[in-house]
Amino acid sequence: MGLGAESALGDSIVTTKLDHAINWGRSYSLWPMVFGTACCGIEFMSVAGAKYDLSRFGAEVVRFSPRQADLLIVAGTISYKQAPILKKIYEQMCEPKWVISMGACACSGGFYDNYTTVQGIDQIIPVDEYVAGCPPRPEAVLDAIMRIQEQANDESIIKDRVKDYKGFLDV
Amino acid sequence: MFKCDVLIDSSEIKSRIKKLKNEENYSILLDITVIDYLKHPDVTLSRFAVIYILRDNTFKKQISIKSYIDDNTLTIETISDLYKSANWAERETYDQYGINFSGHPNLKRLLNHHQFVGHPLRKDYEITKGQICTQTEDLMDEMHPLLIKKGYTPEEINDLMLLNVGPSHPASHGTIRNFVAMEGETITACVTEIGYLHRGFEKSCENHTYSQVIPYTDRLNYCSAILNNIGYAKAVEEMLKIDITQRAKSIRVIIGELSRIIDHLVCNAANMVDLGGLTNFWYLFAPRDTAYDLLSKLTGARLTNTYTRIGGLEFDLYDGFAEDLANVLKEVETACSDALSLIAHNRIFHDRTQDVGVIKSDFALSAGISGPNLRSTGIAHDLRKDKPYYGYENYDFDIVVGSHGDVYDRMMCRFEEMVQSTKIIRQAMKELPDGPINVDAPGILLPSKKDVYGNIEGLMNQFKLTFEGIKVPKGEYYSSTEAGNGELGFFIVSDGEGRPYKVKCRPPCFYSLGAYSDIVEGGMLADAVVTMASMNFIAGEFDR
Repeated sequence: MGLGAESALGDSIVTTKLDHAINWGRSYSLWPMVFGTACCGIEFMSVAGAKYDLSRFGAEVVRFSPRQADLLIVAGTISYKQAPILKKIYEQMCEPKWVISMGACACSGGFYDNYTTVQGIDQIIPVDEYVAGCPPRPEAVLDAIMRIQEQANDESIIKDRVKDYKGFLDV
Repeated sequence: MFKCDVLIDSSEIKSRIKKLKNEENYSILLDITVIDYLKHPDVTLSRFAVIYILRDNTFKKQISIKSYIDDNTLTIETISDLYKSANWAERETYDQYGINFSGHPNLKRLLNHHQFVGHPLRKDYEITKGQICTQTEDLMDEMHPLLIKKGYTPEEINDLMLLNVGPSHPASHGTIRNFVAMEGETITACVTEIGYLHRGFEKSCENHTYSQVIPYTDRLNYCSAILNNIGYAKAVEEMLKIDITQRAKSIRVIIGELSRIIDHLVCNAANMVDLGGLTNFWYLFAPRDTAYDLLSKLTGARLTNTYTRIGGLEFDLYDGFAEDLANVLKEVETACSDALSLIAHNRIFHDRTQDVGVIKSDFALSAGISGPNLRSTGIAHDLRKDKPYYGYENYDFDIVVGSHGDVYDRMMCRFEEMVQSTKIIRQAMKELPDGPINVDAPGILLPSKKDVYGNIEGLMNQFKLTFEGIKVPKGEYYSSTEAGNGELGFFIVSDGEGRPYKVKCRPPCFYSLGAYSDIVEGGMLADAVVTMASMNFIAGEFDR
């Protein structure tokens, strides 16, 4: 690619941009941390199960420690009691990190419009992808993971990931 | 009109319940709740009445007791020293309604967070008024007295290791927080905190019509949504005094038992993951996905089916259902025998599960444990046999009982219950009657679209049912069914309008979880993990 390396060495080497190589690696080795609280957590088991098989997307290494994960999947209703825990877990994850809000409750509170349910986790932490459904079908979750892969391909290691975000627990 | 069986003066409540327990053998406390009569059309003695529901030790009789309490003191004597299950039940009642139980050892909030102000189920609490929680409790207010009670000095307490298992922990399969004090690998004290998935089921019910409540019931025990649908629909139908058609009953039995199988599959599969047997998980989850395909063909949803309607069912069986069902059952049988071939004679599995997490039968009754967890202790209590509904008395099946009440028994009971459920389904399919699936009752079921567009009565009927809801006669009524986890009860109060005045769900695993800390104390931490998985705590159910 203009470096002259290919012309000298033929097709025995491939040149690329560092960003491109790293993004490729990241997008096909997402390690999800499943914050499964409710029904969506049960549906996520199906996503990981043999039929829908998350490992086809390189994302089967489900971690239960946020420090080892780069994709937070919030699967289920988040109550006000749960909110500080979700925030802490998000903060424990290292950059780069992405968040999928799985299901109606996590996206908007769903039909639990009441005194105990947070009306969307984007009031607490920033969200990259929303998945509709109550609970969503496994295909929809796979779709969201593919969209996260696309996002991961647009990253650059030399740019800081600045998030201008303030939720109700940030004071 | 349905009413509570006995009305007792609040000053005598303890002595009368004690007498019922000792002389008439009402040895199980099913549930405690409160009715707030603030907006009820009837004039009552006072604003709040406490409701107790008891069952006797033959399991045939149940009794509901009502007691009005003084508006000024809002206090009633505790019965937590008579029944273990009263401990959490009274705490929940205090949390939701602000009723004080004098003499309760630890009367603090259970479902709502510690920064919450007010009592959400009171009729003057606005449904959407959320309150932000900024910090999680440290629970030392419970742990410290517990350790002192167990004979530790403050210096010794400093040497113990305190560990949080949950609320976000892979072993909890949901959102349970167990705060444990450890001496080496042994748990010396355990405090359980719940409420992380409290999503206001009961308050939401009060603001929706009877039909709109059905989707909320799906999300109680989401591993077997249809069993919750059935339990709720059955309670409302009994209040309406309608008898659903034979075909609807049989279909409810078939689909209900299929849900029970799915529930047990999930429980056992997850339990074996915790034991390190991941292969079993793949084996058991394969038929579950086939069953979900069948359910989505039948109901349109995989997990949250909303299949029942008050007075019948949403859809009749589709063409080819029988073949699909036979296929699912065959896959379930294969998966179970595959899984059992890996564990049934496996020494590691036996050592890991036998005599671990033992529940004694009298303790189980006092704690209000029901379902497979109770049967594994050797008590043959199953509402399908003791109080048969939907023709369960006509099916040939056995109550599965264990002998030790340990993790092994609980798992094997669930495996065998799947076999029994398969048996019931096959019998029901063989004798499935023809006919309509819905009762002919215009005030209860929506009219056909032909009538809605074709005549004014149909249109009016549709309009009134959708906007006002089914008018359930005034009354207070408790009804229960055998769900995946045990006795699932609904205590419904109607004021004659289209929306329930109150719906209290008696969640079976709420009471199992209340007993959990006593079961694991003295055992090893790794055993506590498998004990938790074997008791099948479903957060949507105990937190509601």
